[in-house]
Amino acid sequence: MPDSMALTESTYYILLSLLSPQHGYGIMQKTEEMSGGRVRLAAGTLYGALNALSDKGWILPLPVEDGSRRKEYALTEKGRGVLIKEIARLRELADNGARALKEEVQWKIEE
Amino acid sequence: MENRRIIRKWFWVWEFEKEEEWLNEMAQNGWVLDKVSFLTYHFVRCEPGEYTLRLEMHGAEPDYIDFMRETGAEYVGRMAAWIYFRKKAADGAFDLFSDIDSRISHLNRIGWMLSCICGANLVIGIVNSFSPARIGWINLLCSALLSYCLGRIHGKKEALERERLLHE
Repeated sequence: MPDSMALTESTYYILLSLLSPQHGYGIMQKTEEMSGGRVRLAAGTLYGALNALSDKGWILPLPVEDGSRRKEYALTEKGRGVLIKEIARLRELADNGARALKEEVQWKIEE
Repeated sequence: MENRRIIRKWFWVWEFEKEEEWLNEMAQNGWVLDKVSFLTYHFVRCEPGEYTLRLEMHGAEPDYIDFMRETGAEYVGRMAAWIYFRKKAADGAFDLFSDIDSRISHLNRIGWMLSCICGANLVIGIVNSFSPARIGWINLLCSALLSYCLGRIHGKKEALERERLLHE
């Protein structure tokens, strides 16, 4: 699949949470917090996504510290690039939507 | 008052959501799943609604179970390829899947498992129908039943795929 395709909401928030390294549960909490409670990542979904994103090289599991079973993940340069491109794409979507709605209003006034 | 209950119950493979619902109803009624064995559910007393239960078909690699524990879920056990988790309701909402893609990939895992068993039964059935004992029909019957299960799982998958055309 080309890397230029739209990210899912889960992928987007996982990458965004990993701007600073996090373990799985941290990603879930951060996502919920950033989205004001709207987006909740379920554990099974997150686990699958973390594996898929590691395979793609967008994120990286960090070496596990002694005495801790919790695996931490960090964003790679490649993942950061994908995230920045996605933010630009989302901005374009939102801008286009706002412009189209504004034009519709003007059209109604002129009528 | 007895504190343990053992219930033997059968669910078809496409009824895993119904099974989950039933386990949650039991928890609502003060009985939480504590152990599973072949077609057998072992319950212990709990406060009504104290737990949320979830189940899925998964390879149950230790890594996954550790991951689930990290998020506050407790591993109850496994029955065949199905694994069971519970989490205290007070510790927050508990779901295994939060998007359509991961629900579809779960159905794919179930489909793949069924296909393997179905294929094996078909081969054994054909081979056995040439043997003097003539017991191959049992395997052929199993494989027909498994094909039906596969169809039901496929139907669920198609419904999700239609949904995904419009949103994630």
